[in-house]
Amino acid sequence: MTDKSVVSLSGVDKAFSLPDGSAMTALSGIGLEIDRGEFVSLIGPSGCGKSTLLRLIGDLTQPTAGSVMVNGKPAPQARLARDYGMVFQAPVLFDWRTVEENVRLPLELLGQERSAREARVTEMLKLVELSDFRRHHPYQLSGGMQQRVAIARALAFSPSILLMDEPFGALDEMTRERMNSEVLRIWQQTGITIVFVTHSIPEAVFLSSRVVVMSSRPGRITRVVEIELPQPRDLETRESRRYFEMVTEVREALRGEGRRDESVASLERAEAEGLLG
Amino acid sequence: MRRSPEGSVPRRSWLGRVRLYLLFLVALFIAWEGLKFIGGDPWRYFGLEWRPPLRIWFASDLDLPHTWDIVDALVGPWRRSADQSLFVYLVIKALFTWRGAAIGFALGGLLGIALAAAFVHWQLLERAFVPYVVASQTIPIVALAPMIVFFFGNNLMSVVVITTYLTFFPVTIAMIRGLRSPDPRALELMRSYAASRRTILWKLRLPASLPYLFTALKITATASVVGAIIGEGPGAIQEGLGWAIIEFNQQYITGPAKLWGAILVAAMLGITFYLLVRLAELRVLRGRPQASAG
Repeated sequence: MTDKSVVSLSGVDKAFSLPDGSAMTALSGIGLEIDRGEFVSLIGPSGCGKSTLLRLIGDLTQPTAGSVMVNGKPAPQARLARDYGMVFQAPVLFDWRTVEENVRLPLELLGQERSAREARVTEMLKLVELSDFRRHHPYQLSGGMQQRVAIARALAFSPSILLMDEPFGALDEMTRERMNSEVLRIWQQTGITIVFVTHSIPEAVFLSSRVVVMSSRPGRITRVVEIELPQPRDLETRESRRYFEMVTEVREALRGEGRRDESVASLERAEAEGLLG
Repeated sequence: MRRSPEGSVPRRSWLGRVRLYLLFLVALFIAWEGLKFIGGDPWRYFGLEWRPPLRIWFASDLDLPHTWDIVDALVGPWRRSADQSLFVYLVIKALFTWRGAAIGFALGGLLGIALAAAFVHWQLLERAFVPYVVASQTIPIVALAPMIVFFFGNNLMSVVVITTYLTFFPVTIAMIRGLRSPDPRALELMRSYAASRRTILWKLRLPASLPYLFTALKITATASVVGAIIGEGPGAIQEGLGWAIIEFNQQYITGPAKLWGAILVAAMLGITFYLLVRLAELRVLRGRPQASAG
């Protein structure tokens, strides 16, 4: 664990006990370091335990073995210190509260002073560009707008790390791309560390500084792909050659074809060198 | 249903609603008097007589008095040579009954909420006590009421105990459901804020349960009136509607319209109480998507 690291996992296993008494291994031998200000995506097929991994970091579930450290503290302590902001696939807004009251919720729990609270709510709504909707109720907003409220709420008490569990999975492609740019902008403005679960390869590549590729049964990390795309990223990024190369790299890592590609390459090399027929 | 641009469901105007209710009352009047016209006792008005062609056993003047006879009884003195009209007499009694009903309604509501909150937080309690809560409701209130009066005396206390007994159950059951209604992820969200169980109860479980609570309260508003009327009987509490109903029941042969008048006022009391709860619901649940239903 380095000074810079916000999240540090080592030797983490997670098993669930099934109703018939047997155990199912959801995660096995997970080691991962996430540095301050990084944007890390967890990607993998359904059932690979990427959401479980996120929930372990957020202390919403506990590991069977290994250690989960956040900001130099064990995860439960980090949760009690309110180091996390959570965003789920559904916005999970409280429908009896207006937009501003939803964003204010975590600040109420902190017992912040009223004026400071209002200023912060205003600031957060400006950040997600919903200032004109502060007195609306959640059901009056579109899905994308609701998710922006959820992001504003998660960021309200300035957590040091934002955990996002497939936050845009329920949105249409157009809205999703817009939300991606939005999240990148917020990430750059706030400098927050983001851990992001997705099963969309383009989304992971576009957003992340690193993509953690996982495989299932048992869930483990198969590869970590550094995304070498310049910041800030925009529409042009999505159309660049390098972007497509990175998407291909992640896709192949997901298929577990990395190694096969190597053997094919060595075969070709061998051919070229005239060692074969 | 079409949604307006703001996303709210357009509501029927007040005038439209009132018109609908009036229409229903007119239809009821026509059905009532129509039944008597074809199968009741002979009509004798202005020196004319109409003999209905059929005999319907429940359409006689004794079983089903004319609506205008009921109105006549209501505006007339409540008993021979009394100054007070029957209507005023009954409304005063209804207000007394309502006091018992309202106190029982409030206590039953609070008891129901408290029990549900305890059950939701301590599953052991739920498993141990819910069977008894259910069993308590299988005892007929008419059997229990005299015993309660025996314990608490011939006073308002007995009435309150009986209405509380009748009202806490629907609230308990609805609130167990309501307090458990939040999305599991909403609970995880609160957990990620390191919120205490008490904070979760106040900020999440209780607000989420309010639609369930009001559904139960609308049931118990009417049930509490019934409970108070029943409760007044065995205690021989004379100030309430229960007594008036017993009194006019005994005089039914000579003046059936008076009992019908008492029933009418009892129904009005129940409806008024229901409407008050409904108004409170509209106010409390304002802004929620489901507030306009029901």
